[in-house]
Formats: sequence, structure tokens, C-alpha cells
Amino acid sequence: MTQFDSMGAIATADDSKDAVIVAQDVEKWYSNKFHVLQGVSLTVHRGEVVVVMGPSGSGKSTFIRTFNALEPYQKGSIEIDGIKLTPNMKNVEAVRREVGMVFQQFNLFPHLTVLQNVMLAPVEVRGWKKEQAKQVAGELLERVGILNQANKFPGQLSGGQQQRVAIARALAMQPKVMLFDEPTSALDPEMVSEVLDVMRTLAQSGMTMVCVTHEVGFARQVADRIVFMADGLIVEEGTPQEFFGNPKHDRTKQFLAQILH
Amino acid sequence: MDYTMQFSVVWNNVGLFIQGVFLTLQLALTSIAFGLVLGVLGALGRTSGNKILNAIAVAYVEFIRNTPFLIQLFFFFFGLPGIGLRLTPWQASVLALAINFGAYSTEIIRAGIEGIGKGQIEAGMALGLSKLKVFRHVVLMPALGNIYPSLVSQIVIAILFTSVVSQISAEELTFVGNFLQSRTFRSFEIYLTIAFLYLGIVWFVKFLAFLIQQKFFSFMQYIR
Repeated sequence: MTQFDSMGAIATADDSKDAVIVAQDVEKWYSNKFHVLQGVSLTVHRGEVVVVMGPSGSGKSTFIRTFNALEPYQKGSIEIDGIKLTPNMKNVEAVRREVGMVFQQFNLFPHLTVLQNVMLAPVEVRGWKKEQAKQVAGELLERVGILNQANKFPGQLSGGQQQRVAIARALAMQPKVMLFDEPTSALDPEMVSEVLDVMRTLAQSGMTMVCVTHEVGFARQVADRIVFMADGLIVEEGTPQEFFGNPKHDRTKQFLAQILH
Repeated sequence: MDYTMQFSVVWNNVGLFIQGVFLTLQLALTSIAFGLVLGVLGALGRTSGNKILNAIAVAYVEFIRNTPFLIQLFFFFFGLPGIGLRLTPWQASVLALAINFGAYSTEIIRAGIEGIGKGQIEAGMALGLSKLKVFRHVVLMPALGNIYPSLVSQIVIAILFTSVVSQISAEELTFVGNFLQSRTFRSFEIYLTIAFLYLGIVWFVKFLAFLIQQKFFSFMQYIR
């Protein structure tokens, strides 16, 4: 662990302007004393795509959920785009405005149409005029290929379509970074690629992204860096070539052997 | 059985009956509207996680749901003047009915709110919505959609409850019946007519409820 801590510290000092996420020694215990994050550090730079992999229960989802304060943590520090994440609620909302999140279960609002889902936060949080929000929402829905379903309710869409709407909804806030928490795990297999395609395009457009996913093909192609977590720690990180081609730790090798069959 | 039906008492007083129907509708809809606001606030208190707000809401629900409505009504009309607060029969009735309906709907709406998935609330928070805006824009409508049928049943009960306020001489449909009965002694014809008029009122309100469901809760049919 120490090597990564020191690397993180150096990176912060050198190009702190360029860092969107600086997480240092983040530790979290669940109320039942389970030590789910045991000192995790990660710096994500502007335009970087980081894929977080690891066995279930390794704390990877919990870790990225600390970046927008959906999970509280007890030790360490997190800075998002220069804003320190403190328990103060004002600060939390400021951070959440800059961090988009896409969930495994889509979590679209069922009582709002697709268009209203995308418009809600810009209007209610950013204070945009409805017309402006509608125009931006339309453009985003076109980008994810759902514009022709704009007036339907989420329940009328397939899982893949719903997840693409969820991506558009998060993008409507014009976030500095996008978090993806296993975005394709709840999808039928034939719908996985339509969501990954949208994510790939998004990465190419220069969006800063942190993705928890088991999609090896996506990780190989799109990730600038792969972070491997196990038992609440970052065990290993590197480029996709290093990670898949030449894993160093036994724990990583064991994991890769399991997922690559 | 040598009672001769004389529905002329009804025909001769059609205007009064119609007036009674409208007064009852007005009384019911006004008190239900205020009561719904109380119910949403009560449910918000019950689910807020704030111990004091929760305690206030629990005390409110317990007190109202476990005491007779007639006593609540008498308290507002005959009791409050004791501390210098004199209400008209109409005001006391609206107040008592709204507070009563609010307590029952608090528990119904609370159940609806508790049925909303954690993921929905997290999605709202992740977009930067404040706690109150998450409630208003993310939780409220699906919660009401979840419990809409129970809420409509409670609304029907509330409509029928309005007849009790004739006891403090608030003018509504039952009051009209009592008034005519005391003059003509045609109880059978009058109360049978009144019963059918309540049935009509309830059907009308159920139809309104159906229209509201079509307009605001049509999304429910797509929720799996």
C-alpha cells in the first residue's frame, strides 16, 4: 500500500490543477465494524478513464460512492475538483453538482418522462430556464440515441435504453467527472453493448470517468488505467496492457484467471 | 304496514336537497384538501429521521386515530371557545375533518414513502438535489401512486364522515335531512333519499379520483 500512497501524494503535489479526484487513505467501517475500505488512495486526472475491477465485496462500489458522499467515510480525505468533501451538507451538494453517477439499477424516476428525467436536475439544481434545459436534454438524448422515446415513461423502455437515459440525465448537469457503478451488470446480455458504446463515445469526448465494471473488453479498449481492488485495498494498478498482460500480484492473477476463463 | 309513501316531501324541497349536496361536496373537498397537506407533512415527519418531528407526528396520529371523531368535533366547536377561540360550525367542521383525515392519511402516505427504493433517493441526491427537493420531485409522486387506491378509500370514508358535523348544526346534506324530518316526520322518504344522494356524491368523487389517476398516475401501469 505505501508505494501507492506516496505515488498519490507526489501526483497531488505536482499537478493538483489537473486532478479531478484526489482520494487519500480513505477508510470506512460499516456499523457492524466490518472494515470495508482499509486506506484507499486514488488520484484521477482530467480526461482520464479509470476502470476499477475486483471481486465482489472488495469495496470497489463503496469506494467510488464515497466520491459523491453517498457513502460516508471515517478516515482520510477526498477532494473533488478542488472542493474538500466534508460532512457539511452545503459542501456535499456542491460536490454532487460536479459528479455524475450512473447506477447498476438505472434508478430513473418512474413518474417523469424520459425528457423530464433529464431536465429535472438542471432546472431544480442549476436553476436553468425550462426551455434551455429542454434543449440541452434533447441534444443529450440524441447523443445516446433515445430522442424518439423522449415522451415515454422509463417503464416503457428496455433496460439498455433506460441506462442510456440515465447517462444522459447525469450528463445534463455538465459534470466534471462521471462515476459508473456496474452500469451493465443488471442488463440482459444483448443490451450490454449499446450502453458500452455510449460510454466509449463519452470517453473519446474527453470525459473524466471512473467505472466499476466487469467488462474486460471495455476495460482493455477504453481504460487509461485499471485499478484492482481486493479486501478493501488497491492491490495493483496499471495500464490495461500491464494489468491483463503482466499482472504482478497473486491476487490479481487469481482474479484474472477466474474472469478470463 | 299501513304506511303510505309520500315522496312529495322530496319533490317539494328539491332545492334544499341540491343545496345540501353542494354543501357536503364543498365541506368534504375543502377538508380533504387541507387534510392531505397535513397527511404529507405528517408522513414527512414520520420518515424524516428527525426524532422530534417523528414524535410530533406519532403523537398526532395516535391521538386522532384513537379518539372518537364526534369528541374531536365537539372539542373544536364547544371546547375552543373556553380559551377564547370561537369558530363557526362550518369552520369547526372543516378543522375537525381536516385534522382527522390528516391523521389517517399520514399513515397511508408513510407506507407509500417507505415503499420507495433507496436507489431512487440516491439518484436524486447524486444529481445534487437537496433533501427537500428529493422528497418533492423524486419521492412524493411515486409514493402517492403506490398508495392511491388506499387513499381513495380513505377519502370515501372522509366524505361519509362529514354527515357527523350536522351534530353541531353545520349546514350540509344530513343537516337538510334532519331539518326536513323535524318538520314533516317523513323520516323514511327523507333518509332514503339522503342515502342515495351520498351514494351519488361518493360515485362522483370516485370518478374525479379516476380522472386524477389518469392524469397524474398513469406511469404506475409501467412500473414492474
